[in-house]
Amino acid sequence: MPATILPPDRIRENGSATILARPEPPFVTTDVRPASDDAAIPASHVAPVVRLDEVHFYYGSFRAVKDVTIHIPTHRITALIGPSGCGKSTLLRTINRMNDLIPNTRIEGSIRFHDEDLYAAYVDPVEVRRRIGMVFQKPNPFPKSIYDNVAFGPRLMGFKGDLDGLVESSLRRAALWDDVRDKLKQSGLSLSGGQQQRLCIARAIATEPEVILMDEPCSALDPRATLQIEELMAQLKENYTIVIVTHNMQQAARASDRTVFMNMAEDRAGYVVEQDDTVTIFTNPSHQMTEDYVSGRFG
Amino acid sequence: MSAHSVTAGAVSRSLEGKRVDIAGYVFTGILLASLLFTLALLAILVGDQLQRGLPVLTERGTEFVTSPLSSRPDRAGVMQGIVGSAALAVIVSILAFPVGILTAVYLEEYAPANRLTRFIDVNIRNLAGVPSVVYGLLGLAMFVSLFQVLGVGNGRNLLSGGLTLAVLILPLVIITSAEAIRAVPSTIREAGYGIGASRWQVVRTLILPSAAPGILTGTVLALSRALGETAPLILAGAVLGSFSTGGSLADLFGGPYTALPIIVFDWARKPQDEFRALTSAAILVLLAVTILANAIAIYLRSRFDRRW
Repeated sequence: MPATILPPDRIRENGSATILARPEPPFVTTDVRPASDDAAIPASHVAPVVRLDEVHFYYGSFRAVKDVTIHIPTHRITALIGPSGCGKSTLLRTINRMNDLIPNTRIEGSIRFHDEDLYAAYVDPVEVRRRIGMVFQKPNPFPKSIYDNVAFGPRLMGFKGDLDGLVESSLRRAALWDDVRDKLKQSGLSLSGGQQQRLCIARAIATEPEVILMDEPCSALDPRATLQIEELMAQLKENYTIVIVTHNMQQAARASDRTVFMNMAEDRAGYVVEQDDTVTIFTNPSHQMTEDYVSGRFG
Repeated sequence: MSAHSVTAGAVSRSLEGKRVDIAGYVFTGILLASLLFTLALLAILVGDQLQRGLPVLTERGTEFVTSPLSSRPDRAGVMQGIVGSAALAVIVSILAFPVGILTAVYLEEYAPANRLTRFIDVNIRNLAGVPSVVYGLLGLAMFVSLFQVLGVGNGRNLLSGGLTLAVLILPLVIITSAEAIRAVPSTIREAGYGIGASRWQVVRTLILPSAAPGILTGTVLALSRALGETAPLILAGAVLGSFSTGGSLADLFGGPYTALPIIVFDWARKPQDEFRALTSAAILVLLAVTILANAIAIYLRSRFDRRW
């Protein structure tokens, strides 16, 4: 496999030595290979942690998402892109069963997390959401102190241990500790938009999830805060698998390892047009529609 | 230079207001007049009562507040009314607040969004509009009879009165609490569920604390309404005229009772002219009690707000 399939920024990060040292990529996509933390292995060759197979999602009788099969690689960033209304957010919310909260919705197909069917009768959606955290479009810290925001999840789960330490490490991982270390008692709402979003990320990782879903996390932020979040995501993927919905194609190109391009069919149901390693989607897509979208000709 | 100033003049002319916004002024005037009308009515009412009642209060001081009812105007006081109203307020709070708030939580957070829920919701609103005298009849038919059967005196006691008032304000408590819960931003709910909180945890740790100030305001306003009600209490057995109280707790809850608005109603009907001034004085006491209740609500609300 030629080195050019790596996103340009990855080459810069790792240096050519890493690329040369990259093991022969196994081309068969099966799930028996262990997830690799070697960032140089392209997302398409990493074992998935979440697998969506032939997923259909309905709001009442309206089918919002049809026949989606996506395997989400472990410790990589997967971006869902596509025009407004194509079901990206809906699809994202099926992964941690947030859509259960909306009445009259129905899902078909299977979503598996480590081979467990997330929609099996015995599965508790509350537990699912603890393992698969979520960050929302608009920063939504609780009207509580910064400390209490981060400690909220662990407290609910009956965390017995060094809560101060957990809060600190979560804030450090969210690259917020230095900003807030002296004002942990202040309201989370006193922070700037970008800081609030990082607080929400800290809050999500305080419950030690494996997967973090991000629903357009930067759409309410200015460019500088957006870049900070993207840098943060690059750090977080060492420990977490990230799925991000974004309207911003540059963001998908910059920040993600794998990109799923969705579009709306004639019946307004969202479907996957193409999915591949991000660099392939943006440099050598197989579908004309993908090329038109990523080059800004529609959407 | 001259061309420039011509242009500048044209710009300033075009920016000049040419039109007098008559409709706008008229509308502002109407708004202001409505406000002044309301304030004036209130001022006249309170001023009138102050003018009549204040002499009694200054002359007799605390003795008026601590004396029991009497047919002699120079001795009559409102003590039993204050005790009765206070006891009613406690009973109503204990009964109506928990049931009303819990009902609101169920309707807003748990009930499935279907026709039955909407039907119930609309009818609770209708109940809030039912005249209070109807609730009085309900209290007579249900609670007074119940206590008669149970052998608690003749059934006309504080408990029947308190139950009647509790049922009367229950719809109000439910509606205002539901509004307060609905006003909690959905992003807060989502954040809670997204972090792996159960419904009960979301309600307890996020929704109720967020809605608490609104719920508190609504419930205390409902309580003020209950404290001012006369008709349902007359039907539910409050005593018109004077009576003696034994002073024991059994007497308080099992025996005859009255309340401030009942005393006002009773004295207003008395033939002796001296009772006109006493009526106004009793009204002032009732107003003071209501204002006190509202002040407590505002204080509690500001405390809750600060915690967030």
